[in-house]
Amino acid sequence: MATTSPPGVGLLKGLAVTIKHVFSRPSTQMYPKERPDLPPRSRGVIALMEENCTVCMLCARECPDWCIYIDSHKETVPPAKEGGRARTRNVLDRFAIDFALCMYCGICVEVCPFDALWWSPEFEYSEYSMGLLLHEKDKLREWADTVPPPPPLEEGALPPAEVADAIEKAAKQRELAAAEEAEAAVQAEATTGAAAAPAAGKKAEPEIEVTAGQIDQETFDKLIAEGKSERIARSKAKAAWVKKEKARLKAEMEASGGGEAAAEAPAPKPAEVHVEAGQIDQETYDQLIAEGKTERMARAKAKAAYVKKEKARLRAEQAAAAATPAAGTPATAETAEAPAAEAPASGAPATDAAPASGAPAAKRLGDVHVEGTGEIDQETFDRLIAEGKSERIARSKAKAAWVKKRKQELLDQEGDA
Amino acid sequence: MIELTSASATAFVAQAVSVFDVGDGFVVPLLLKLVFILAMFFVVPILGGYLEHKVMGRMQDRRGPVEAGPFGSLQLVADGIKFIQKEDVIPRAADPWVFAMAPGVALVPVLLVLLVIPIGPGVFALDLELGLFYALAISSISTLGILMGGWASANKFSLLGGLRAAGQLIAYELPLILAAAAVALQAGTLSLVGIVEAQATFLIPGTDINLWYLFPQLLGFGIFFLAAMAELARPPFDMPIADSELVFGYMTEYTGIKFAMFLLTEYAGMIVMGGLIAVLYLGGWQLLPGVPLPGCEGAGGIFDCGWQGQLLGVAVTLGKMMLIVFLFVWARVTYPRLREDQLQRMAWLVLVPLALLNLAVITVAKVVF
Repeated sequence: MATTSPPGVGLLKGLAVTIKHVFSRPSTQMYPKERPDLPPRSRGVIALMEENCTVCMLCARECPDWCIYIDSHKETVPPAKEGGRARTRNVLDRFAIDFALCMYCGICVEVCPFDALWWSPEFEYSEYSMGLLLHEKDKLREWADTVPPPPPLEEGALPPAEVADAIEKAAKQRELAAAEEAEAAVQAEATTGAAAAPAAGKKAEPEIEVTAGQIDQETFDKLIAEGKSERIARSKAKAAWVKKEKARLKAEMEASGGGEAAAEAPAPKPAEVHVEAGQIDQETYDQLIAEGKTERMARAKAKAAYVKKEKARLRAEQAAAAATPAAGTPATAETAEAPAAEAPASGAPATDAAPASGAPAAKRLGDVHVEGTGEIDQETFDRLIAEGKSERIARSKAKAAWVKKRKQELLDQEGDA
Repeated sequence: MIELTSASATAFVAQAVSVFDVGDGFVVPLLLKLVFILAMFFVVPILGGYLEHKVMGRMQDRRGPVEAGPFGSLQLVADGIKFIQKEDVIPRAADPWVFAMAPGVALVPVLLVLLVIPIGPGVFALDLELGLFYALAISSISTLGILMGGWASANKFSLLGGLRAAGQLIAYELPLILAAAAVALQAGTLSLVGIVEAQATFLIPGTDINLWYLFPQLLGFGIFFLAAMAELARPPFDMPIADSELVFGYMTEYTGIKFAMFLLTEYAGMIVMGGLIAVLYLGGWQLLPGVPLPGCEGAGGIFDCGWQGQLLGVAVTLGKMMLIVFLFVWARVTYPRLREDQLQRMAWLVLVPLALLNLAVITVAKVVF
């Protein structure tokens, strides 16, 4: 009793509290007659979304009571596409929770990385026999139908992290697209306003239609030599071929039309094969920038493109110069041409192959030994690809074909000699 | 109503005529009175118990009984049936005879008190001249039964409960009797019917305003109420039971029908005390102070009523009893249990002096006016 209030006031206050409750609504829930008003995350029973289960066994291992029983077997799934690897996946045979043991800690629901286990508020599954509390997966799947939707977020609550990320990403993309559009508009204005030479080149660019079907053998070989996978080397070589082809066509156009770019291109034309990467290929650079690549990447790629182009040009020159002294041994030129037949812009293997294989082949006639260093028979390769074979197979067969061809050539050469 | 010649010449003379005194015979009125007493004994405590269950439930944000009978009204009947079926366990170390008799010794006095409590105009079993004295004297015997039960159980908790009940008797008995004495003094009679009559005719001196004894003796009412709660050993004075300390006090070893008898003692005791308070302070079966029952306008508005008036009177008295039961329950839910020494301190240092003061004031007032 407070010292300020007269004695007995506290007693009356107590009486007031209790009498108020007579007229308030009792908090009793008439359970068997009415469904109890359960909180949305009540732990009634654990439901299984069987479709989501990957038999990772995390739940069974984390269960403190060891009341989750999982049986599974492995099945081999054929590869999704030709040449792919056959996969194995686990197939759930049995998933059972013994609710006689379960202590409703929810760790299994918590650890499931695939949202296969859920809490359901259903709780009326008592049995007269303890064994009947072992719910097999069909029963657990039935419980999944009783899982309520997640409760709505509170007013003013932050959205879930993944949703927020997705929203942010979408917003960024929209922004970027808008910026690009604006930039393109500005550029278009600039090009129409000032009919400069690079603008003319850029304008001409879309007109150069090159169908990618061939590979740049030089690039390919280089990449293979660098240890890149065949697949990557192939695709890059294809891109390089397209690039080169474009450059060639453009150069032709510019040569016919004249212009600054044409004047610039012949400028760095030293005789050495080694090319210092110091300049960039403006065309490549512009293209990449237009594609939305970063400046850094565009610059690096443009440099590489410049080096590549320059090398190709120099090699072509060298090959042209070497053609006359090597006329005595035509086989070398032939063998060099064979793999590069499909890549007109490149006479690359010619320079590499001529001193390496041509000379000893002429001397040792009996045992024809040819070692493939990655060269393929493009013709065979294309044919096999056209037949629907996988790249891998086509490539290996094309390699074999190249070796065979080469041997034949050497034998022919021997016969000629 | 048939006039009856006085059947007895002793001090326990029947003052007024009961409605059950039908004809000149002995057997028929006796049977009617027995039926009346037993009905009061078994039915009204169930009403009070139901009220307690419901009120206590609601005060604790529960619903109370809902399943047995309409709105759970037959819960206590179901409980009684259950108790009858249960095994009657007598501890091996217990004194079997005393152990078995104790619930009866506790229960019968309550039954006997009902004999003298009038619940309507003419609706009573016996109107003793010493009715109030009889009621207070008899009701104290219940404590003897409790003490017997506590002793005979051969259980330390039971023994402590029984001794607490005996100690409690010392605390509440004096204020209870002093408060009741003031009422008897003001009414000028010990007959309970006479006290009701006196309240119907009591006027504030110098005016025409009729009052129940509640108003001049508000202090006495409070003392009597507190003492009655202590006598019934109900919270906040349930130290003899004290289920958080003594398991269940003197009832710890009791099961089945014997346990039910102790429970019935408590509920019937509530009814008896409610009836006494209604008679002593709340004007008995009067509707309101100064307002006689309809049909009872003649003869001071006390007796000469038709059967409707009598039924209404019974309803009014029962309503007042239930009101008192409600107050008991209200206090029970609200207040925590006192210690035995706190009760003694309160009784001897507060209630007894106040009761004496009350008695003195009433005496002076009675003499002056």
